[in-house]
Amino acid sequence: MASRLTTSNRAGWGFALPGFGLIMMFIVIPFFFAFYLSLTNQRLISPNPTEFVGLSNYDRLLSISVLTIEPEVDDTGAVVRDDDGAPQYPRVRSFTRNNPDYPEYAGMREWFRWHSGDTAKVVVATDVVFWKSLRNTLMFVLIVAPVQAGLALVLALLVNQKLRGINIYRAIYFMPVVVSIVVVSLLFRFIYDGNDGLLNNILGFLSFGWFEGRDWLGNQDTALGAIKAMSIWQAVGFHMVIWLSGLQTISPTLYEASSIEGASKWQTFRYVTWPGLRNTAVLVIIVITMQAFALFAQIDVMTNGGPLDSTTTLVFQAVERGYGKQDISGASAISVVLFLIVLSISLIQRYITRAR
Amino acid sequence: MATVKLRDIRKSYGKVEVIKGVDIDIEDGEFVVFVGPSGCGKSTLLRMIAGLEDITDGTLEIDGQRMNDLEPSKRGIAMVFQSYAIFPHMTVRENVAFGLTINKVNKAEKSAKVAEAARILQMEHLMDRRPSELSGGQRQRVAIGRAIVRDPKVFLFDEPLSNLDAALRMDMRMEIGKLHQDLGASMIYVTHDQVEAMTLADKIVVLKDGLVMQAGAPMELYHEPANLFVAGFLGAPSMNFLKVTVEDVGDDWVQVTSDALASVKVPNKGRRFTKGQAATLGVRPQYLMAAPDGQGMLNGKVILTERLGSETVVNLAVSDGTTLIAAIAEDAVLAPGDDMAWTFDPASAHAFPEVD
Repeated sequence: MASRLTTSNRAGWGFALPGFGLIMMFIVIPFFFAFYLSLTNQRLISPNPTEFVGLSNYDRLLSISVLTIEPEVDDTGAVVRDDDGAPQYPRVRSFTRNNPDYPEYAGMREWFRWHSGDTAKVVVATDVVFWKSLRNTLMFVLIVAPVQAGLALVLALLVNQKLRGINIYRAIYFMPVVVSIVVVSLLFRFIYDGNDGLLNNILGFLSFGWFEGRDWLGNQDTALGAIKAMSIWQAVGFHMVIWLSGLQTISPTLYEASSIEGASKWQTFRYVTWPGLRNTAVLVIIVITMQAFALFAQIDVMTNGGPLDSTTTLVFQAVERGYGKQDISGASAISVVLFLIVLSISLIQRYITRAR
Repeated sequence: MATVKLRDIRKSYGKVEVIKGVDIDIEDGEFVVFVGPSGCGKSTLLRMIAGLEDITDGTLEIDGQRMNDLEPSKRGIAMVFQSYAIFPHMTVRENVAFGLTINKVNKAEKSAKVAEAARILQMEHLMDRRPSELSGGQRQRVAIGRAIVRDPKVFLFDEPLSNLDAALRMDMRMEIGKLHQDLGASMIYVTHDQVEAMTLADKIVVLKDGLVMQAGAPMELYHEPANLFVAGFLGAPSMNFLKVTVEDVGDDWVQVTSDALASVKVPNKGRRFTKGQAATLGVRPQYLMAAPDGQGMLNGKVILTERLGSETVVNLAVSDGTTLIAAIAEDAVLAPGDDMAWTFDPASAHAFPEVD
């Protein structure tokens, strides 16, 4: 049906404009804007003009090095030890503050240290919080991606059976996905509460009062773990549905053929189901990885990056700096770094899972 | 090498009975074809023998051993599916060896068996390809290869040629026939194509609505159909039926007539007719011929002629409204509209007491 409307070039662009315009305005332009801003000293609100500063934002963000510190010695040359016998070291700031002998460490702060013999190796960075958030983000991805993908696959296999009422289970597993992550995070703040939280109550009940309870989000050792667990639970249903659609594309005759050959349940999975899910697996892994790298809402609602930066993440830092500290250029630099990390990981995943 | 015995086999889905008591005996090394229109239960019956469907009632014996409740892999059968059911991610070699891999057969034996199957099916040059690089016929050959290495007592074929084009179908049909000669194994073959049934079978089982209509050697069914359904189902073009009235009944003959048909005495083996009853007279198109002057048994007006080369198929309108088909010699030239007299040898005609 060629009418003037459908053949007109102008009409075509007109129809494309709303979608095209929105994508340009909110995705493409900000994307390039972030690159540009990360090379300036732009602030959210500032009376001073914006200046081009080259890569200095990245330099500040990424500079990291290892400082080797020998223990203090007394006049006899023996190592000075405290009451517990631990060697005493000069303070890190004596190297990093106004010390002309070590200009390369100027302005850096300690991230963590380890010892080889009596020598202390101190990792120092200009922007320790950035490195902590990078570590937290990577730890989050490293745990959440495989566990969430695996758990979702197990659930998909379970709900893929032909049983009466199986749709009820599918609905139950999918329910958390429908609830906003902000609401889920708020609810879990109550569940993880240190005083009278649901989790403490349940654990106390199950262990007959032996478990004393802890403040899950207020403790450096458990805060990120608690957020990981909640995040896995919340989105697992979504990936279950993707796996499920993959499972249902596998021809039933393949299962019949393998049952005639005498394949066990595991062999059927290994030789029929898993190879049939290859493309689905690529999709699920890449989507989960990208979502996990974008971790923000949970942190913002539950911990604000605390305690002691143990749950801060790259996206949280980007938002915190850009709008909390009005440091738009620093936030842009973090965004660009995150983009490069996610891009390279996705490319690696594509390469590993490529069709052979 | 095995006999297969079905005794009063039944299958119900809920209240709907689809197989209504089937008795079939398959001798050692026999090639049996289940044939019937779609929905007659032939595939269901085969899948019940394979163990892919439960047997609701009755007994299935292979080699004198009751098989009703055994796993498919324990029944000593191998099955070839219409959709090939070969594993897309495995090479031909891996596909053929699948059952051996699953059952952890040692390498030397495995490669010997696979090589043997490849030799029988003449597909040595295909062994390292993937299914996506094969034609339909080659894929089906892989599936047959997978069946051969199992060394089964009984081969089951579920419409193996239905997905192939006409030319390939004929080649593969011959190959399967040859395979049966070479292996001498019992084979059960399901098809809706009566040409496959006629050419391949030692014994044809004609099914309709979950019941056996007739079982026997192909030519026996062709020449001595037990009922109207079998008479109409086997043979191409299919048998002509004329509505007639019984005039007289003898020991081994029956005399019938109708408005359009002169009185004719046809042989009768044990069917009960009474004088005056409505009956059906069946004449195969091949036996219908143009009558010499004054000897016509019925008049038919030529509606359409189709010259197939080896024969000419003529559609005839008879005065009582039925349409007949005559297959006559290739060089006969008839013009549409010719009103002619036709005849047939009464000995080759069949009288059926039922009217459809």
